[in-house]
Amino acid sequence: MQIYLPIADLPVNVFFILMVGVVVGFLSGMFGIGGGFLLTPLLILIGISPAVAVATVSSHITASSLSGVMAYWRRKALDLALAAMLLAGALVGTVGGVWLIAVLRAAGQLDLAIGLSYLTLLGIVGAMMVIESGRAIGRARRGERAEIRRPGSHSWFHGLPLKLRFKQSKIYVSVIPVWTIGFVIGFLGGLMGIGGGFLLVPALIYLLRVPTSVVIGTSMMVTLVTMASATVLQSVTNKSVDAVLALILMVGGVMGAQFGARAGQKIRSEQLRLLLGLLILAVGLRFAFDLVVRPDDLFSLQIPGGIR
Amino acid sequence: MNRAAGIAIAAAALLCASMPARAEKLVTSLSAHRVMITSNFTGVDLTLFGTIETDASSVGRTGGYGLVVTVTGPRQPTITWRKERVMGIWVNAQSRRFVEPPSYLAVLGNRPIDDMASPDVLRRLQTGLAQVQLPQQVGGDIADVNADDPFRAAFVRIKRAQGLYREQANAVTFLTPNLFRTSIPLPANVPIGEYEVDVKLFAAGTMVAQETTAFEIIKAGFEQFVANSARDYGVLYGFATMFMALFTGWLGAIIFRRD
Repeated sequence: MQIYLPIADLPVNVFFILMVGVVVGFLSGMFGIGGGFLLTPLLILIGISPAVAVATVSSHITASSLSGVMAYWRRKALDLALAAMLLAGALVGTVGGVWLIAVLRAAGQLDLAIGLSYLTLLGIVGAMMVIESGRAIGRARRGERAEIRRPGSHSWFHGLPLKLRFKQSKIYVSVIPVWTIGFVIGFLGGLMGIGGGFLLVPALIYLLRVPTSVVIGTSMMVTLVTMASATVLQSVTNKSVDAVLALILMVGGVMGAQFGARAGQKIRSEQLRLLLGLLILAVGLRFAFDLVVRPDDLFSLQIPGGIR
Repeated sequence: MNRAAGIAIAAAALLCASMPARAEKLVTSLSAHRVMITSNFTGVDLTLFGTIETDASSVGRTGGYGLVVTVTGPRQPTITWRKERVMGIWVNAQSRRFVEPPSYLAVLGNRPIDDMASPDVLRRLQTGLAQVQLPQQVGGDIADVNADDPFRAAFVRIKRAQGLYREQANAVTFLTPNLFRTSIPLPANVPIGEYEVDVKLFAAGTMVAQETTAFEIIKAGFEQFVANSARDYGVLYGFATMFMALFTGWLGAIIFRRD
């Protein structure tokens, strides 16, 4: 069944898009991520312009992260104070990212910028995850115990001023690194159409030493608010959110996430991290391929001010 | 060619030159003057019918008629980019700004366009993809370039690949010597706006009659509502989409609640 997308201005098969939503939802449920870094490139591959893809995915992530937030909320496994501080930075970052999209589009370099950001970010994060989880699997094979987190260890930024105590997370830390992390996540979210969960979770664990029990809930809360505001900002600034496309993706995503979550519980966590790392790396390599290999057609058309 | 026909052509040419009323007259009819893009739109073919009305002065044309239907879509400034390799990666490096080229252009003929008139005549009438002017902005000036300019060639090639530009020599069919039909293919990605249909009749290397008509393509129903809301009420549209997302997520959490 074909349906014409009013903003992307092209006809798509509803069931195909629904399946894309289900598959991405399945993977996001399995790995506990928003899935933006998978969905945005997939939509671009289908032929949807990067501007529309980035903007539409932000509304999709809003839907998928709300289900997660509700589950963690009931278990009180999220730190609202920390989420609020992260969001203070993230919202400024989102405005910056959405604004940068408008600037890059006007300059005809949005595709390049999105390609490069994906390559850089996914390449680094993917490689780090593969190495880290590979080591963890090796340790498990040899029967060694995993490294235990030392709660007392201090980083240089623990000396920064404006310290705040976050009761739920049991940390006492300056708000400057919290704002900075939030800003970066929000900026990348606006620019790349990613929720940033796969960045925020490690940042909270390794940099701020937030206990794992509240990390995912807090991260999802930040993702939810960032992506909800990105949806509004993209609609206002770039007019590139396709509500019809978003709805089909969301419905597929919400369904897929349920099955993904069940599948994820059957796999050991370090193996899950290895799989996720490989997936991230593969998407990054796909962008590298497009940038490095001589394109079939060196020419392309751009309609200034248009969505395409 | 017999003498009588030769004289008739000469007489017809004289009449054309001296009288504002043409010997041939085109009467055309489009199957629709408004195309609606609804949610199940996957492209459509419009049919154009026409007759050539003749009078005493136009009998005995030799070589038959040449008919060209040119369909021009709304004009849309477009930039053509050329990628170059910079530090190992391919980036958009050079660009040419085309000033208001048609977003859609179909040139449909009953035989090859080049056979219908001399190159000069075709260029003056802007008939055929190679003859249509596609002015580019060069510095402060606006100029058209020759047809084999790489940016112009690339522009036309990409537009053809998108199905938005086309030139077909056998698209117009004559059902009787004076009654013709053609179908105007409008692909799914066709831009919305006003379309001009220009029908030119050639005989013996000159244009003997011309007729224009028009149609419009609009978004209709739900598509129109969504597109208009997104364009005119960005804030409202953004909040509506956000609440739709929140509702879907909430519904999902309720339906699939596990704990």
